[in-house]
Amino acid sequence: MNAEQPLVALRGIVKEFPGVRANDGVDFELEAGEIHALLGENGAGKTTLMNVLSGLLRPDAGTIEILGDDSPVRSPRAAIDRGIGMVHQHFRLVDRFTVAENVTLGWHTPKAILRPGPLEREIARLSETYGMPVQADRPVWHLSVGEQQRVEILKNLYRGARVLILDEPTAVLTPQESLGLFESLRRMAEEGRGVVFISHKLDEVMAVADRITVLRRGRNVATVAKAKTTQGELARMMIGQDLPQAAAPGEREAGAPVLRLEAVEAADDRGLPALGGIELEVRAGEILGLAGVAGNGQLALAEVVVGLRSLSGGRVLFEGQDVSRWSIPRRIAAGIGYCPENRLRQGVAPALSIAENLIAKSYRSAPVAGRFFLNRRGARRAAEELAKRFDIRGADLDAPVASLSGGNVQKVVLAREISADPRLLIAAQPTRGLDVGAAEATRRLLIEQRNAGRAVLVISEDLDELVRISDRVAVMYEGRIMGTFSAHEVDEEEIGLLMAGRAA
Amino acid sequence: MTSVRRSLQSFAIQLLAVAVGLVLSGLVLAAIGVSPYDGISSLLRGAFGSEFALTQTALKAIPLALTGLAVAVCLRMRLWNIGAEGQFHSGAIGATWAALTFSTHSAFVLLPLMVGAAMVAGAVWALIAAIPRALWGVNEIITTLLLNYVAILLVAYLVTGPWRSSESFNFPVTDIFSSAALLPRLGGSLLHVGVFFPLVAAAVLLVLLHRSKWGFEVRMIGASPEAARVAGISTARNIIVIMLVAGALAGVAGMVEVSMSFGRLRQGISPGYGYMAILIAALAGASLLGTLAVAFLFAGFVVGGFALQALGVPQSFVLLVQGLILFCALAGSTLTGARLTPWIPGRFRGRRRLETLQKEEPSIP
Repeated sequence: MNAEQPLVALRGIVKEFPGVRANDGVDFELEAGEIHALLGENGAGKTTLMNVLSGLLRPDAGTIEILGDDSPVRSPRAAIDRGIGMVHQHFRLVDRFTVAENVTLGWHTPKAILRPGPLEREIARLSETYGMPVQADRPVWHLSVGEQQRVEILKNLYRGARVLILDEPTAVLTPQESLGLFESLRRMAEEGRGVVFISHKLDEVMAVADRITVLRRGRNVATVAKAKTTQGELARMMIGQDLPQAAAPGEREAGAPVLRLEAVEAADDRGLPALGGIELEVRAGEILGLAGVAGNGQLALAEVVVGLRSLSGGRVLFEGQDVSRWSIPRRIAAGIGYCPENRLRQGVAPALSIAENLIAKSYRSAPVAGRFFLNRRGARRAAEELAKRFDIRGADLDAPVASLSGGNVQKVVLAREISADPRLLIAAQPTRGLDVGAAEATRRLLIEQRNAGRAVLVISEDLDELVRISDRVAVMYEGRIMGTFSAHEVDEEEIGLLMAGRAA
Repeated sequence: MTSVRRSLQSFAIQLLAVAVGLVLSGLVLAAIGVSPYDGISSLLRGAFGSEFALTQTALKAIPLALTGLAVAVCLRMRLWNIGAEGQFHSGAIGATWAALTFSTHSAFVLLPLMVGAAMVAGAVWALIAAIPRALWGVNEIITTLLLNYVAILLVAYLVTGPWRSSESFNFPVTDIFSSAALLPRLGGSLLHVGVFFPLVAAAVLLVLLHRSKWGFEVRMIGASPEAARVAGISTARNIIVIMLVAGALAGVAGMVEVSMSFGRLRQGISPGYGYMAILIAALAGASLLGTLAVAFLFAGFVVGGFALQALGVPQSFVLLVQGLILFCALAGSTLTGARLTPWIPGRFRGRRRLETLQKEEPSIP
């Protein structure tokens, strides 16, 4: 094998989806022994490009050369056989199987009986080598998200991956876990493997990568060595302009408590405890940021307040009243607004029009409706007004919401919730999946609500974001509040430890 | 452009599917010694080929369209109302009760009473399944289906027991209704005012669905049960309301049948309208106008089948032929994702509703 030859060379990759050209002639090279970051905003085509390399998608044009062999990659299986392994954002693991079973599943399917012994020893050896502790005989659903990610990586190593692709791997990790992952990746690269690291976070790209390829709207912007670039330059390349002015809340005196949770307990959908005695207070005119690794009860907390999940203990006080047993409509009428995490499932009805979704909470009364019938003109005017005020773009109001970009869908939800003039606004993962501009606009809207004297509860896995926009930050771990900090005295290291369940 | 081409394409596939059904039916007919051409053409002429045929088809379409609407409105909220058959029988019982109790009154009093009683009886029958569905999530497919048998047996009990006519030589039938209990005929024809019932029902429902607050809630729940719940829309209440509406619609169909087809209540008043209704609503993609159109075609099938029997084809083979053509039409609409209603203007169609129903897994909590 030629030492100069790259592990992987993608040339002129074109991939089109109905209505969008996700990759438009993209080139990408990966050398042995490097960690190569693929940087870009949401929708820049990073994941599409790597799905092409890993055989999930077939390119419309372009060639894929793996170790000098440019025969097409026809399936994920073929990609694995040629040494390409990908860890997707959403893990592809069977919950009820053990780690060992997941690792071998679909690879060396045993003839009749699975003998776990040798397999588990091999997994133990790999996890030792790369510093990724897992217990091979435990079922996957017992594992934390971080551990599941390690299983995904080990699975690919076990299958002899020479190229490891990770799609936004740090989204589900605490800062400390991320550092651990970076170390493991470094070890793999030192052995001569190639690592592709997909991300839109500048600081972690700078922390882990050797080279960085920036994509924007399906095209290459540049490939640079880390040593020769800066975060500012990368940001400009990524969004095509300077970073938007970061929203910052500024000083403000918080008012009276609007929401109080007292010893709140609740179970998740499987009946396991999701909240274990939550004590929390959100005051008028403040943003309380709720930090934590995904799946530690943040969502259940929001649902308990909104009325989507019932309490098994404790009580929820809203403006001094016990609302624990109130129906959802009654809580909405009292002034609780909610922007759900899964916007397309809970926030909007994607098949209905933008106008209809905008009035989905105000349709009960004037000017949108009369006693029994909708007032078509009133509804129209209300929708038009909101679209203008919240700058919902690309909008034929009669088009289905599904035709909007993620940022504009979020604007529809926020417009609807804010226009109902809530006393308390809960926003779950408000910027997830949005591009930099839309995310910044969303943060600014949330800060505006705080400045207007509303109580705002923001749930996010992006700690930097929370620290920037919140007045106070509370950290959640396994259904408990581990601690609450005022935003200017926050120590990110300490919060990171609390997110992992360790006392500071 | 592409959407025009796509709809032309799917229309072509539809035609092809029906053609395949006709060819297969022809083969079946040939196998029992009937000329395929004679068979198929007499089926079509018997259904649509003369004024008499069209009248018969229109009359047959009334119960099919009303029960079809009863299934379609529920589909709009992702509910499968398998119970139109039972609601139909319950409506027939209600109408019969009014006809026997107020038999001395004039038509102006009696007919509205019969329609009202049929709607209430049908709605109550649907309510029995709606309440457990709304409150505890009990599967409506099973409860509505089982209630069908109860309603049919209830009719059998009434006509063999308390309501049996003293002048019927012990046949299990009620007294013949007074002439005031018959719906007025149109002009000198066999058609009666009942043909307007499905048209009026569909028009009213369309306006309600698209213009009223209630319709907005129904469409919101149908489009996304979870988003509706988060927006504070009560699914439980709407499940009950839509089931009441469905039951009332099917109940009216029962009234029309006892009034005009039989003039009394007896067993066997339905050849399975409520089950055909499920096919009709599904083929129409839960579109209301589509349901009317498909019900009419369906009625033509049933009526044309009699013409086929007159040709000497045994009834079982008539059913076989009908089944083959239907099967192919269903296959065609599945393959194209289109409906059997390409001529319904876009905005009133059930816009891909059925696909949405089938593919998105979340059901109403």
